Amino acid sequence: MQFKKSWIMALALTSVLAISACGNGNNGGNNATTNNGGNTPAATNTESSSGAKLSGSVLASGSTALQPLVEQVAEKFMDANAGVDIQVQGGGSGTGLTQVSEKQVDIGNSDVFAEEKLKDAAKAAELVDHQVAVVAIAAVSNPKAGVDSLTKQQLVDIFTGKITNWKEVGGADQAIQIINRPASSGTRATFESFALGTKTEDLKGSIQEDSSGTVKKMIGETPGAIGYLALSYLDDSVKTLNYDGVEPSVDNVVAGKYPVWAYEHMYTNGEPNETVKAFLDYFLTDEVQTGDVVELGYIPASKMQVSRDVAGTVTPK
Amino acid sequence: MRGQPTNKRLEKHHIENLIGRIYMSFCVLLLIVIIVSMVYFVASKGVANFVNGEVKVSEFLFGTKWSPEADTPSYGAFPFISGSFLVTLLAALIASPLSICAALFMTEIVPGWGKKLLQPVIELLSGIPSVVYGFVGLSVIVPFLRDTLPGQGIGVAAGALVLSVMILPTITSVAADALASLPQNLKESSFALGATRWQTISRVILPTTFPAIMTGVVLGMARAFGEALAVQMVIGNAPFVPHSLFESASTLTSVITLGMGNTTMGSPQNNALWSMALVLMLMTFVFVLLVRMLERRNKI
Repeated sequence: MQFKKSWIMALALTSVLAISACGNGNNGGNNATTNNGGNTPAATNTESSSGAKLSGSVLASGSTALQPLVEQVAEKFMDANAGVDIQVQGGGSGTGLTQVSEKQVDIGNSDVFAEEKLKDAAKAAELVDHQVAVVAIAAVSNPKAGVDSLTKQQLVDIFTGKITNWKEVGGADQAIQIINRPASSGTRATFESFALGTKTEDLKGSIQEDSSGTVKKMIGETPGAIGYLALSYLDDSVKTLNYDGVEPSVDNVVAGKYPVWAYEHMYTNGEPNETVKAFLDYFLTDEVQTGDVVELGYIPASKMQVSRDVAGTVTPK
Repeated sequence: MRGQPTNKRLEKHHIENLIGRIYMSFCVLLLIVIIVSMVYFVASKGVANFVNGEVKVSEFLFGTKWSPEADTPSYGAFPFISGSFLVTLLAALIASPLSICAALFMTEIVPGWGKKLLQPVIELLSGIPSVVYGFVGLSVIVPFLRDTLPGQGIGVAAGALVLSVMILPTITSVAADALASLPQNLKESSFALGATRWQTISRVILPTTFPAIMTGVVLGMARAFGEALAVQMVIGNAPFVPHSLFESASTLTSVITLGMGNTTMGSPQNNALWSMALVLMLMTFVFVLLVRMLERRNKI
């Protein structure tokens, strides 16, 4: 009996292997036929929406801030293209960039430009950037701090520890408690570059939390707390602070008036293959940009009236 | 004719025996390969920064400044190493008396309904996911500490309290097993000499089972040392050696979990995180060694 079972197991294993090999072969074949068909990118687009010939599997990993959006768009894309299988993993921007640069995944999601994370400039140069959305970040405080607006200098002084009490910036007599992000966080990098204009050291007694949900909870509950959150996380439990008198609203970000924002990037290693390209193109369609992107609290990249390069230079589009 | 079936049966036994042996050897070999490769992987990544001269070992172990993103980065991990030891020791100090009392209650005082009631409840504790402990810590312990004690609630004390609940089941179950396996005649002789129950527990039972109970405590500490998520949520993660129990601090695990995803493989910062993982692994070896030594003492 034992013998028979192991034979059956072996048979089953080989057959599974054979079937999966066949599956891959089929995929390859399909891709080949579409390639031979000489489809222009435009033709691929119409196909992706009508769900005709695209197939293959796409693996994306990286930024947890971008993950919900990629997942939702991937669901829709797979509904329209039955042959395509898209898997989205988290892991953080660093993981996404590492994996896409080592070709372990097809798409690396990142909150920051690859050049800022990858120390190896040659590796960063191999990656092709696809900016799919914009995330704006606002300084927020505990509602009882009694402050509506902070200037850039005041924020710098708070986050470098020069100002330690809210009364110094016109608020309540209450010690300031900084709720920060870890030094490697993309959100923190964005906030430091565009709101403070400088990197900050971790202050003694400051609190670092990794998830936006926890940061919001801590700011809402801790007296005198200050931190920063993506616009999609803002609600009445925390007080959103104006920056240099500018309200952190979607309209102000789009018009280029509010500077604390960053692109959400989807990197591919070299030019993407047809399926990946169709998926990334789908991201930039109006359907996604004004639908899913807005729905999940991001800002459509296509609507931005200004653009920004790696060095942080903002130019009107 | 009569010998044939016996022969066949013997043959079948032999084949089964052989298959079993091959399967076992394969599994054991696989296990060894996995363990060796894991140790090799962590060690090779962990020493990368020291080998290529990016960071000095002494600077890593005793440096108190952690600012990997600065223009001249420094990778001092002492705040995290001390933070890990601090919360672990505190958690063991809080949990051990509770666990030992619970174990005594279950085995010596009310072995019947006490055990039936307490054991499942304590075992339940070990089944609760870390993130739930972290969230309970954040929603219950942190506000409580903030309202009653100085500081913002978040800090070493909150971390130690959360951890102590998490290691209760480990210490309790090992201690209860040790107490239950105590030879009956030791207790009986003690009672026969006219000792009270308390005298028996404090003079006979606890001293004889001390090494085994300590095994439980060390196992609990090993668990506390390696716990990441729950501590990370309530400890605050500021990279400084804390001067008070109500101050924000970091542990090795919390820094690793916060930084691993956001750094790229092969960067000095990422390698520094692997060095911390190596420190964690070496500490686990020390804990295992301690348990082994305690077990040996236990036998004598």
